[in-house]
Amino acid sequence: MNLRAAMNLRAVWAIYRMEMARAFRTVLQSIISPVISTSLYFVVFGSAIGSRITEIDGISYGAFIVPGLTMLSLLTQSISNASFAIYFPKFVGSIYELLSAPVSYLEIIIAYVGGAATKSILLGLIILGTAALFVPLRIEHPFWMVAFLVLTAVTFSLFGFIIGIWAKTFEQLQLVPLLIVTPLTFLGGSFYSIHMLPGIWKTVTLFNPVVYLISGFRWSFYGKADVSVGVSLGMTLVFLAVCIAIVAWIFRTGYRLRN
Amino acid sequence: MSSIISISGVTKTYATGFKALKEINLDIERGEIFALLGPNGAGKTTLISIVCGIVNRSSGSVTVDGHDISKDYRAARSLIGLVPQELTIDAFETVWATVNYSRGLFGKAPNKDFVEKVLRDLSLWDKKDAKAITLSGGMKRRLMIAKALSHEPRVLFLDEPTAGVDVELRQDMWAMVRRLREDGVTIILTTHYIEEAEAMADRVGVINRGEIILVEGKAELMRKLGRKQMTLELRAPLTAMPDGLSRYALELSSDGGQLTYTYDNQSDRPGVASLIRDLEAAGIQFRDLDTKNSTLEEIFVNLLRQEP
Ligand SMILES: Nc1ncnc2c1ncn2[C@@H]1O[C@H](COP(=O)(O)OP(=O)(O)OP(=O)(O)O)[C@@H](O)[C@H]1O
Ligand SMILES: [Mg+2]
Repeated sequence: MNLRAAMNLRAVWAIYRMEMARAFRTVLQSIISPVISTSLYFVVFGSAIGSRITEIDGISYGAFIVPGLTMLSLLTQSISNASFAIYFPKFVGSIYELLSAPVSYLEIIIAYVGGAATKSILLGLIILGTAALFVPLRIEHPFWMVAFLVLTAVTFSLFGFIIGIWAKTFEQLQLVPLLIVTPLTFLGGSFYSIHMLPGIWKTVTLFNPVVYLISGFRWSFYGKADVSVGVSLGMTLVFLAVCIAIVAWIFRTGYRLRN
Repeated sequence: MSSIISISGVTKTYATGFKALKEINLDIERGEIFALLGPNGAGKTTLISIVCGIVNRSSGSVTVDGHDISKDYRAARSLIGLVPQELTIDAFETVWATVNYSRGLFGKAPNKDFVEKVLRDLSLWDKKDAKAITLSGGMKRRLMIAKALSHEPRVLFLDEPTAGVDVELRQDMWAMVRRLREDGVTIILTTHYIEEAEAMADRVGVINRGEIILVEGKAELMRKLGRKQMTLELRAPLTAMPDGLSRYALELSSDGGQLTYTYDNQSDRPGVASLIRDLEAAGIQFRDLDTKNSTLEEIFVNLLRQEP
């Protein structure tokens, strides 16, 4: 059986295109504002304060924080893009059309998560491009850099999708990113190497999954990592697998969608 | 196989524990206009939502043109167009984008000419570049119909399509429904305006408290349950009812100038001819005579009243 017969690719394309159109319509909110806020970090920490901070692992502080800050935007934007994309039609009720359409859950996911991930990957690349204007950037392992970028965007878009389905109110939609993701990201080694942490915190911080993402991503730039790259990759894949499992369960039971 | 939708043993208990559908068995025939009537909260929208795949049923099965709505959901759903009760559109999309989106979502190849025709038929063509948020309520309703028709469905569900719609638009809508039926589209509609069901439907189903209490051809329903009233304008007012006429259970108006005779096809009351003969025998003369059929609305109200 060919793919066209087995899947409703037209639906995937229709949803994906609609999502991308929405991003370009709200380009200020979805692209420009995160780029500006991240650039401010580069200016403040990279150039202004960074010049007074010694190098970490032989990397200037301004350059050191670039992968972490990019990850920070990637995570938060993936989550907010995907969660909003599915929460909004649920909220206004227009989701009826999606639910009544001849589309499988897999197709819904590919389209929505694909759309959200594409947006945040674009954003990540723009931020890296912007960063290159402020700090000396080098990428030692471009393949792995892209791999981490894509993998993280997809994983956290999926995570955002789950939040969007779970959330019943706008507050709940903001809750997880605000209370969990942002702290974990800030404490995940964006601004420091975990080797710089005192004693026990070195161990505690290893329970933070974001540490692995940032470490792996930073390794792809400078070849230096807090934890080994294999572990980083493994942890990312584990988180992806967990998200896939939750989504599969949601769809099997119709949780908060068809009830 | 003449029925296009077959619903058997469908029940729905919502997460709140509320039993919205008790046990629904219903067949919709190919090409008919079926009106589902019922008071608020009867379960009309729930039933439609189940057939369309928006709400999971608790038990039972549904097929659409022979395709099971769970096992073969792709085939089943691609035949169905739905215009929901609530106006729910992505407010920031243009008319053109959102209708083409619907077509794509249902797996149909892009067809600009067809979408243009749908928009023209619904008088939305000059609004094609307008954002949904800028449309009036009636236009939004038409936009939702356009979305449902964009993928050329064989079955169209209209959940209270004329709620809050002005007379002119309502008539346009019914003209459209008739055209669709001529093209062989099966139409299932719910409405609170019973005269609409009366004017449009081939068959009528009445649902109350999650149960289908009656399904009948409209004509049979009117014949079986419909009543007729004959009113006689008397030449001279009557002060009392003559004894010989008691078996007709006539009603005399308070001024004595009118006699009303109510009869239906099921009661064993004697016919109109014998009444007129008996009136003559009693020496009662009338100037004028008027008969009237009871409307579907009266039938409907009576039906619901009989329910425990
Ligand atoms: N999501 C839900 N959770 C719990 N109860 C629900 C839910 N949706 C509907 N109900 C209940 O199920 C019953 C049937 O609702 P439904 O919307 O099917 O009625 P309806 O016949 O379409 O009414 P109306 O004419 O007002 O549109 C109502 O009592 C309603 O309160
Ligand atoms: Mg309803």
